[in-house]
Amino acid sequence: MDHIDNTSDLLRFTTAGSVDDGKSTLIGRLLYDSKTIFEDQLEMVQQASSRKGLDHVDLSLLTDGLRSEREQGITIDVAYRYFATPKRKFIIADTPGHIQYTRNMVTGASTANLALILIDARKGVIEQTSRHSFIASLLRIPHLIVCVNKMDLVDYDQATYDKIVADYKAFASKLDVQDIQFVPISALHGDNVVNRSEKMDWYQGSTLLNSLETVHIASDHNHIDCRMPVQYVIRPHSDEFHDYRGYAGRIAGGVFKPGDDVVVLPSGFQSKIKSIDTFDGEVAEAFAPMSVSITLEDDIDVSRGDMIARPNNQPAVCQEVELMMCWLDNKSLNPTGKYILRHTSNEVRAKVKEVRYKVDVNTLHRNEEDLEIKMNDIARVKLRLAKPIFTDSYSKNRITGSVILIDEATNNTVASGMII
Amino acid sequence: MNYNLDHLRELESEAIYVLRETAAQFERPSLLFSGGKDSIVITHLARKAFYPAKFPFPLVHIDTGHNFPEAIAFRDALVKKLGATLIVGSVQESIDKGDVQEETGKNASRNALQTVTLLDTIESNKFDACLGGARRDEEKARAKERFFSHRDDFGQWDPKNQRPELWNMFNGKHNQGEHFRVFPISNWTEMDIWQYILMENIEIPSLYFAHNRNVVLRDNTFLPESEFLVLRENEEVVNKQIRFRTLGDITITGGLESGADTLAKIVEEVSVARQTERGNRADDKRGEAAMEDRKTQGYF
Repeated sequence: MDHIDNTSDLLRFTTAGSVDDGKSTLIGRLLYDSKTIFEDQLEMVQQASSRKGLDHVDLSLLTDGLRSEREQGITIDVAYRYFATPKRKFIIADTPGHIQYTRNMVTGASTANLALILIDARKGVIEQTSRHSFIASLLRIPHLIVCVNKMDLVDYDQATYDKIVADYKAFASKLDVQDIQFVPISALHGDNVVNRSEKMDWYQGSTLLNSLETVHIASDHNHIDCRMPVQYVIRPHSDEFHDYRGYAGRIAGGVFKPGDDVVVLPSGFQSKIKSIDTFDGEVAEAFAPMSVSITLEDDIDVSRGDMIARPNNQPAVCQEVELMMCWLDNKSLNPTGKYILRHTSNEVRAKVKEVRYKVDVNTLHRNEEDLEIKMNDIARVKLRLAKPIFTDSYSKNRITGSVILIDEATNNTVASGMII
Repeated sequence: MNYNLDHLRELESEAIYVLRETAAQFERPSLLFSGGKDSIVITHLARKAFYPAKFPFPLVHIDTGHNFPEAIAFRDALVKKLGATLIVGSVQESIDKGDVQEETGKNASRNALQTVTLLDTIESNKFDACLGGARRDEEKARAKERFFSHRDDFGQWDPKNQRPELWNMFNGKHNQGEHFRVFPISNWTEMDIWQYILMENIEIPSLYFAHNRNVVLRDNTFLPESEFLVLRENEEVVNKQIRFRTLGDITITGGLESGADTLAKIVEEVSVARQTERGNRADDKRGEAAMEDRKTQGYF
């Protein structure tokens, strides 16, 4: 791990893959070649590899987490890994790729700037590839890198690679993804992962790590539409700050400045920003994803769950929302049941008005016949809410455009939704 | 205009968001304070999150009785400086009451006993959330931990049945008797912690800086001489310049030889380290799933 300075930024990416497509090996390779693996970790993996009777160090063992996963040799849950290079710091959401773990892929994708899609060069674009790509586009991950892996097993053949790239592009035209890059790699041997391959002269593009280090992420946040969900009201009640009322929250979009006209929803009261405070002093502007505390010129009633926006650019106020929903719970959706809908810091009760269709994540086909929503299903639904919420479409803002549903009986998070 | 936060400010903002969410969603939150660098950083972040108000929860220290005196002195000075409330749960009391039995044998420590005292302290104070300094980069069982991690009414963690956590939405709903462990610095690495301490110039116990100390070399680490340390055959006490990378009980926390006596030198040393920080902790060397097992039972 090289010394990194404080000015590097943070890239969150997700990987999805099944047991044998080399995902764990790829992550192990990234950690190993970027010198993130410590000697005592490597020693443990070496010992485990030889206990399993392997003659090479199985880098995939670096990423096995829980005992039950090691026993079964699969990843069940989302695991987070960290590494840094002098250019950037990375958080990997490592998720299982099997269809039965769609919910975990969705979870990992929800916070990612970038998705790595792995394709086995021997198999080409298969059902699983479309599944992972569809989820990446559904969750609006702004950048995709398609790794054509196991190039060593196809003799590093350019024609094989070109065909896979062409097939993928044809398929991806059905998806809504702006930025796709391709790279031929061998995770096992390290070709084009961190170090450039000597066996693929025909490939002139970036190595995987170089792409990860240079992809432009500064504009991934919405810096246009001002939104701050109020999270907490700070009232010190001290002599020094006797009448202080700070509306604390994390900026979800746009750029706020002192003096700006603002509107508070749902009350609709308007005021001006008096100051934007932090522990380190007042700031001249606040933008996503900063956590700040806003004070207003006027003494109006503001509490958790409210939304601060600009009078001339307000979120939609809606008591019915249409969502693409991923069902996360063992217990199927109860079409007549009531759920708690959580949107930013706001909570309202919700019930299903209509299930429009389910999407087959492998073929992207819409199913309007079987509308029972079970774990891992993705569906388009319309909900009716007990009170209005203040939303943007998910395509405009991933924070103000997303919701979760909570089952009142079990307290479990049972669904996630992207507002259309 | 470049609206971009550097990685430490982004992590800071995420942690502040989690701290505020904890105060908003729970009735009786608390902050588990060990006196180590991670809990010191969380305390610092808590000051930031609620400024200009004081943070709305007490600090809770689970005291094994096997402390570094420097760590306790640091704790008391910090509590005084912040005007915070401190609640101490004592492992010695749990032993005296007969709730737990002191370990015996070669590698005996009070590390595992803490779980009982911790759960008692949570129950008697009716805490419904305990903020903690665990990081996902520390250990593989922790790599799968949520920000808001549910504990049943026996304080147990069920790693295979965790609530999905999407975007930045945390679901802290629970029944009576259950509680949550909340980890605001989940996404920080050891390097981030040190860089942040350096950037913010946060005060930390002197134990983290290189100093001379009487130690015994055992299992590749320098264990500090203390009233609890029993010398084994062929072992001898030597005086070395060492520092500690993590702080736990004095009985299980080993130091490494180091000349790093400033924060800048520590950052430099951590950046070239080839061993994980928990490599000096005897509590994690008890088998491949040692942490997973302890966490399942309710450990930190």
